[in-house]
Amino acid sequence: MRDEATFTVKAGLAEMLKGGVIMDVVTPEQARIAEAAGACAVMALERVPADIRRDGGVARMSDPEMIRGIQEAVSIPVMAKARIGHFAEAQVLEALEVDYVDESEVLTPADEVNHIDKWAFKVPFVCGATNLGEALRRIGEGAAMIRSKGEAGTGDIVNAVTHMRKITGQIRRLQALDDSELASAAKHHQAPLDLVRRVAQDGKLPVVLFCAGGIATPADASLMMQLGAEGVFVGSGIFKSEGPERRAKAIVEATTHYADPERVAAASTGLGTAMVSLESSKLETEQLLAQRGW
Amino acid sequence: MEAPVVGILALQGDFAAHARMLRDLGAVPREVRTPAGLDGLDGLVIPGGESTTMTLGIEREGLAEPLRELAERGTPLFGTCAGLIMLDRDHLGLMDLRAERNAFGRQVRSFEADLEIAGVPGGPVRAIFIRAPWVAEHGDGVEVLAEVDGRPVAVLEGDRLAISFHPELSGEPRLHARFLELVRARAGARR
Repeated sequence: MRDEATFTVKAGLAEMLKGGVIMDVVTPEQARIAEAAGACAVMALERVPADIRRDGGVARMSDPEMIRGIQEAVSIPVMAKARIGHFAEAQVLEALEVDYVDESEVLTPADEVNHIDKWAFKVPFVCGATNLGEALRRIGEGAAMIRSKGEAGTGDIVNAVTHMRKITGQIRRLQALDDSELASAAKHHQAPLDLVRRVAQDGKLPVVLFCAGGIATPADASLMMQLGAEGVFVGSGIFKSEGPERRAKAIVEATTHYADPERVAAASTGLGTAMVSLESSKLETEQLLAQRGW
Repeated sequence: MEAPVVGILALQGDFAAHARMLRDLGAVPREVRTPAGLDGLDGLVIPGGESTTMTLGIEREGLAEPLRELAERGTPLFGTCAGLIMLDRDHLGLMDLRAERNAFGRQVRSFEADLEIAGVPGGPVRAIFIRAPWVAEHGDGVEVLAEVDGRPVAVLEGDRLAISFHPELSGEPRLHARFLELVRARAGARR
């Protein structure tokens, strides 16, 4: 008897991605470069976040032809983004047999109230979160992997740090509570009580936690891993930099050796110019992608 | 005897889950990222992860030769999923077999199932297969311990054990216990 698409199987793929770098790609050629640089997966999307910011307009799921082209180009897992609440885009991505769907705030939300019911799918989902309650709400909806949101397309690490510290700090505080206090903590976090209890007991999320949004350098990756990320998403940081291949390899190396400053130093050397960056504190409120989703 | 020191190749993948399992079974796990990390090991686990990423990492770190030397000294090896692929003829060449990558299909075809494994008593093992490989062909020295769809998914060749699935994710200790038997027997013979 075979059981497909159990939660263990969905969350299990994220376990295999740990310690790795997942890179945003918009073409099969970029996917090949990412794979050759050591990416543990690629994320297919229509435009990288920096271009979505620059060009504006509604950002949607990629063209299926492009996703198929990327699947044919590489043998590593292929993820793809769907709009928040756009379960039909997610159905299309499942039909294409992508390996993970990212219900992503980087695309323009399709539903202002409801996220996708992820239990209804065989394909696993990764979702963004800015704090513990948001992470647990997504897991309650069936997400099998969480990434801290950061602020995509900026090259500014500050929001990634804020969100990761928030999630890990809130987990540590839960561990200090007794059983009766956990019920009110669940209410405070607006999160399912059974998940809150489990996090308090285990001292970690019940699924793998990556970070995303603003990683542009090897040292950024090392910083996030030291703050508790189990792996790294890099969006615009690679293909919007001067030397994507070198930078991609360097970020992979720094993610493996994140605790070894000499290796991070070596990886950081001679990479050329990083992506054109935006200071996220200077962005207008409506330009902040991390505020999408609830 | 002293607790055996078992390395876990920690370039990328679910090495932490293997470390927990090995520690629970009385071994001393050590994450290995460089050739220096291989010194003094009684056994080595190559975990699940992305085989392409791991191959490139082994190349970058100059680990291929040191890993082969470790194996030649008779150190028991245990490969799971991507680890099985690393051990095959096309990669490190440490087992007489050829792995077929993503043999069951993409992630939506990943599954779990109860699996009887030769030499593992106590009923079937809950086996989790994630974009898993199988053994497409193998030499006569390779003993097949379990099959799915008539394809080998657990094999033993001397002191080298390789499986397609992930007991470290289901809290199933018997495969790691079997590996530690190999490790302890070898370490006992040496000391």
